[in-house]
Amino acid sequence: MNATFQSIRKWAVQTARLCCGVPDYEVYVRHLREHHPERRVPTYKEFFRERQEARYKGTGGRCC
Amino acid sequence: MQSATIKPSPAGKILWAAVSIVGAWCLGVVALRRGESINAIWLVAAAISVFVIGYRFYGKFVEHYVLRMDPTRAPPSVLRNDGLDYVPTDKWVVFGHHFAAIAGAGPLVGPVLAAQMGYLPGTLWILFGVVFAGAVQDFMILGLSLRRDGRSLGNMLRDELGPAPGVVAMFGVLVLMMIVLAVLALVVVKALTHSPWGTFTVAMTIPIALLMGGYLRWLRPGRILEVSIIGLVLLLLAIWYGKYVADSATLGPIFDFDAKTLAWLLIAYGFCASVLPVWLLLAPRDYLSTFLKIGTIALLALAIFLAAPTLRLPAVTRFIDGSGPVFAGNLFPFLFITIACGAVSGWHSIIASGTTPKLLANEGQARLVGYGGMLMEAFVAIMALVAAASLHPGVYFAMNSPSAIIGDTVQHAAATISQWGFVVTPDDLIQTAKNVGEQSILSRAGGAPTLAVGMAQLLHNIIPGEGMMAFWYHYAILFEALFILTTVDAGTRVGRFMIQEIAGLVHKPLQETRSWAGNLLATAICVTLWGYFLYQGAVDPLGGINTLWPLFGIANQMLAAIALMLCTVVVVKQKRERFMWVPGIPAIWLIVCTLTAAWEKLSGPISFTRAANKYAAALQNGELLAPAKTVAAMHQIITNNYVDMVLTGIFMLLIVVMLGFTLNAIAKAWRVNRPTAHEEPYVALDSVPSGATGL
Repeated sequence: MNATFQSIRKWAVQTARLCCGVPDYEVYVRHLREHHPERRVPTYKEFFRERQEARYKGTGGRCC
Repeated sequence: MQSATIKPSPAGKILWAAVSIVGAWCLGVVALRRGESINAIWLVAAAISVFVIGYRFYGKFVEHYVLRMDPTRAPPSVLRNDGLDYVPTDKWVVFGHHFAAIAGAGPLVGPVLAAQMGYLPGTLWILFGVVFAGAVQDFMILGLSLRRDGRSLGNMLRDELGPAPGVVAMFGVLVLMMIVLAVLALVVVKALTHSPWGTFTVAMTIPIALLMGGYLRWLRPGRILEVSIIGLVLLLLAIWYGKYVADSATLGPIFDFDAKTLAWLLIAYGFCASVLPVWLLLAPRDYLSTFLKIGTIALLALAIFLAAPTLRLPAVTRFIDGSGPVFAGNLFPFLFITIACGAVSGWHSIIASGTTPKLLANEGQARLVGYGGMLMEAFVAIMALVAAASLHPGVYFAMNSPSAIIGDTVQHAAATISQWGFVVTPDDLIQTAKNVGEQSILSRAGGAPTLAVGMAQLLHNIIPGEGMMAFWYHYAILFEALFILTTVDAGTRVGRFMIQEIAGLVHKPLQETRSWAGNLLATAICVTLWGYFLYQGAVDPLGGINTLWPLFGIANQMLAAIALMLCTVVVVKQKRERFMWVPGIPAIWLIVCTLTAAWEKLSGPISFTRAANKYAAALQNGELLAPAKTVAAMHQIITNNYVDMVLTGIFMLLIVVMLGFTLNAIAKAWRVNRPTAHEEPYVALDSVPSGATGL
């Protein structure tokens, strides 16, 4: 029961963040560690700022 | 691969037969009951059945026979996984993200305007339009993009049709965007004209957003949910306090503006908001409006199910003959132009070839996200239609008819509307305005106020209370204004980049998005373009929406036609000619609708030409026609109509040119006896290390 609640909560948070253009930070960190161990892992703050800028760079956007 | 998937079990067959019977029964009730009012639940149930059947059968057919989606094939998210833009993501997360990106003000406005013909024509177009055109477009574009590294619509057009069609389409998208921004901003202007309460709450979103922006930047970086809750509480406080502002003799007049002033304020705001850093204003409002949008759609659904309102508008009104006050034109083609988003929306082809294909973890999930996401949007459109149709028809027409037709006083409006057969007294109109805390509800076309009154009444039925209706009304206005203004900010920014890209073709340094001169210049051009149409709408004799909404519809359906033409070309290029009717027929339908509507807007009784000539003739006789009070205003109205004529002509030309390119590409592909589509090569999902894990 608790596990179900946890997974629903995780899903909701992930969806809500993605709707605002912020993907999963943990997934990104894991990706960096696995595939690019030479690169520095950004802090969540840096990651968030980079994504915030990237969302409004043009291309696509939202609907009417 | 194909035949194995469409074989339901006996229990499944029985279930689907039952769904079909229930759906057919509900649809029968909606379509055939005459002379007595029916409950909205019939309509909602019919819609859900049609969507479920469409998703299960037609969606699956498109998936397996037309697109041939292959769950064993590695999608771009796996092949190019970078942890940021390309990430294999849980399908429900992608669904939520995709729906939030496609849902906007469009499906809430179009159906409300189309309700002047009764609820039946709009309902049928939404239901069948979405199943056979809208959802097919979204799904197919998503499918094509999935096979092309998540490339954008413009890139795919360039690859499959050639460089020239790519440029033509890019130009079309830019023009469409300017019209979208103008018409959406006009919806806000219409809702806020002489409404201090509404204007105050919308104005308060600016300091609230700045506060949120600072909080996210310095206090608690990245805590989006937390800051959104704080923002929401502040917004609700602003709505509550708005009543005191409106009642106050000193504060009230500060926030009381006419349409022209509001238009100028929005233009100035749009300029500032799109040159400021995104974290300060745009991003926090975006978060707030995204959550408010999803929350409000859920609230509307809940309200409709709990209140189960009766549809008070007739199934079909006499205005199908084209004499309606809300928008001019016959059922064909104007119904299919007026309801764009919700049935089929060209804009979605940009989203479906944007971030979504870069997130899907498997091709087998594309139907859920592409086809299913659009069905959800159609459901929002149905709910908007229900909210409008459950209003008193007299109130509906009073709110949506221009003052040139129903006059400026409640007495005159009530008399005119009663003559149309929708009996309403001046007291009804005064009482409605009083209930929602406004001075007047006359001529507030644009969908938002009508939906707000409808929503307020529905919510009031569930949660009664003194003054609550006025609160809900302003909540609904605020929610629409908030996400429209977010679209205006973001759209101006996107438009700026597009203009810089085009300008870069002429003079390279202008392309540099970091240069302040290029940046300010492109923003100014962009704001001027949509600002011109917004201002034109604000001074328009027929109230603006009447003129601009058809232009928006034509442009949006034009883009949908382009997207569907691309799909048709690709289907032929893949040598699946026998399925080319799947995107082909909706494409032809949209081409016919847009060209007919555009032609009627160029010549004939409801055309811009006629309007321009009428004002020009009056000017020659030395007369002034309302609402123009000076000769200069007369000239302006004439010029505006000329501009609209030129724009309509450009749209027609764009469609015809794209049709030419399409037919040419089809003919070429037809003669070749091997697939010529530019798909990326097949890579098995199993063969990609660690990619198959998905999350």
